[in-house]
Amino acid sequence: MINLKINNIPVSVEPGTTILEAARQLGINIPTLCYLKDINEIGACRICTVEVKNAKGLLPACVYPVNEGMEVFTNTKKVLDARKKNLELLLSVHHKECLSCPRSGSCEFQKLCNDYGISDEHVYEGEKNEYEIDDSAAHMIRDNSKCVLCRRCVAVCRKYQDCGVIGPIDRGFKTHIGSAFEKNLGEVACVSCGQCIAACPTGALQEKDMTDDVWAALSNPEKTVIVQTAPAVRAALGEAFGLPMGTNVEGKMVAALRRIGFAKVFDTVFSADLTIMEEAHELVERIQNGGVLPMITSCSPGWIKYCEHYFPDFIPNLSSCKSPQQMFGAIAKTWYAEKMGIDPKNLVVVSIMPCTAKKFEIGRDDQAAAGVPDVDIALTTRELAKMIKASGLDFNLLPDEKFDEPLGIGAGAGVIFGATGGVMEAALRTANDWLTGTDTPAEKMDFSAVRGTEGIKEATYTVGGVTLKVAICSGLANAKKLLTAVRNGEADYQFIEIMACPGGCVNGGGQPFVPASVKNFTDIRAIRAKALYSEDEAMTIRKSHQNPAIIELYKEYLGEPGSEKAHHILHTSYVARKRY
Amino acid sequence: MSNKKAGVLFKDTPEQKKKLEEVIAAHKDQPGALMPILQQAQDIYGYLPIEVQTTIAEALDIPLEEVYGVVTFYAQFSLYPKGQYKISVCLGTACYVKGSGSIYDKLQQVLGIGGGECTPDGKFSLEACRCVGACGLAPVMMVNDEVFGKLTADDVEDILAKFGA
Repeated sequence: MINLKINNIPVSVEPGTTILEAARQLGINIPTLCYLKDINEIGACRICTVEVKNAKGLLPACVYPVNEGMEVFTNTKKVLDARKKNLELLLSVHHKECLSCPRSGSCEFQKLCNDYGISDEHVYEGEKNEYEIDDSAAHMIRDNSKCVLCRRCVAVCRKYQDCGVIGPIDRGFKTHIGSAFEKNLGEVACVSCGQCIAACPTGALQEKDMTDDVWAALSNPEKTVIVQTAPAVRAALGEAFGLPMGTNVEGKMVAALRRIGFAKVFDTVFSADLTIMEEAHELVERIQNGGVLPMITSCSPGWIKYCEHYFPDFIPNLSSCKSPQQMFGAIAKTWYAEKMGIDPKNLVVVSIMPCTAKKFEIGRDDQAAAGVPDVDIALTTRELAKMIKASGLDFNLLPDEKFDEPLGIGAGAGVIFGATGGVMEAALRTANDWLTGTDTPAEKMDFSAVRGTEGIKEATYTVGGVTLKVAICSGLANAKKLLTAVRNGEADYQFIEIMACPGGCVNGGGQPFVPASVKNFTDIRAIRAKALYSEDEAMTIRKSHQNPAIIELYKEYLGEPGSEKAHHILHTSYVARKRY
Repeated sequence: MSNKKAGVLFKDTPEQKKKLEEVIAAHKDQPGALMPILQQAQDIYGYLPIEVQTTIAEALDIPLEEVYGVVTFYAQFSLYPKGQYKISVCLGTACYVKGSGSIYDKLQQVLGIGGGECTPDGKFSLEACRCVGACGLAPVMMVNDEVFGKLTADDVEDILAKFGA
């Protein structure tokens, strides 16, 4: 152990511990801006600067390891002045429109300026770089005039997602974040995952806000506006209203959506169950008829776009099933619209997603079962929070309400889609019953090997005489590893689940912002996932094929899973895309 | 910001291609391979267009953006070839106080390119230089080996016209 003193308080820590981590053990929070644990440890912003006895100059606490006998001071006048000066210099080139900035209140830079008492934001007024706002991508905008060059977005794009389509360009005062040859985000092989937005401490990166379109639809008397909410949204929305991370707010979310004015409040869990029916059928068919294996899930539009850009040779492996978001829209505009006597042209389907890639997905080709787009507007969890606030609803005082029927009925299997391994587990629950011809309760099945937040998991199950080798992976850098192994013949799976975001949808790029000060010391993926697993455990119907609304849908409309009608409405196609 | 997307049409010879492959193979497995590869690639081609940077990125299995970030960080690397007519404007002390800055600005405006760049037709490239030893003629610019002195910004268009602009 290493013994040191921080602000004259003795502490013992493991060798290799940084000053930042050691201080935390004493309840001292050293501020950071560029630091993201494990992936962006570059000591660039100098906000975490501290004084160390006998050291030359101030040291960056985030990357500096402790030494025996070290004496650290985290809040001397010298330290506070240095932090303040660094903030003032960053402010001098910052586009200060904090009142109208969507990150006002959640901006880490703004918080630091408040905490360190910046009283004159114009103290170093001088030359600024002029940047055009890049709104070329379907899902987001980049405004470099609000960038603090922390490179957190660059780190997640390269290290979590293996895309690396953004990075620092030029040097010195001209340094800016962009893509090679100054191409716009819409022109490069960006997969729309939005992890860069979630990593950004300021308003430089934002999703494309579509809430105005929703308000316009809601006030149009000719339109019937219905909404679906993805499972991961209920596990995180509460954070935007001060509730502890991992609080499941399903009931209040439904109540809020109803009060905002949606004609019906439905659940994407319904179409997650539908996905299982179609996907499990497709898998069995591929195994029995010598189809392309391993089959890979197609729920995550970030993953799909990654596959199309970076691994186009795996396109035949992708399940042809539309994602749950799109299946919902397709069923709403066919079966449901017919049932209710609504012209699909006047039915507006809004989706609330933990995801920014869903904004890209709604505009893909071959996603229009009724001749009109399956889904009209995809909002993130953050945009929903914004709408709830604009409605003047006191979220925490809302009653718990239930989803509408029939498209609001879901099984536990669909709920856990929001966590990595959830789709696999849901599929295995159904496959087990189908292959053994039994009705095995979910709690009697042990699928613990597919749960948890590790980047790559694998398992082998023998059910009804069939041995199934499966793999689950989240984060596209992990997908690269897994697919490379499959390509080289080092792995032989029948079924693979891939989610673009590390930990799955609960950690999606559209979820409420979590500041780095929390993210660095908390596993948000596991805490949010727990909310979904608890909901599943408490449900009576936990298997997709037992969802009564799904049974009714097949009986009344689709026939069998994989029928011609199901194919027309619920399946789609993919296209190889350029990498450069 | 200049338009970096509209590059000059790239043409390479089989010899250049082969040389680049050899350079990559020689360095590929070393740590820090990118710098020496970029330096030698620039020796081969005279500049580092997107085609060359893409080849390097693919061979090293790193993002194109990472290659581009390094190329734009160091002044020794150029994204543009030299034009058929290489224009240099002296920004040395004597020329600068005599107003060569406005000549340089005018050239950028007329040619539609920034310093260090080349027009998309490959005809003119523009760069700033320090003293050419003709301070008596300040302000001075050169087109290939021909010197033009005692200039004003109004002379720029006539000079370019001589070279077919």
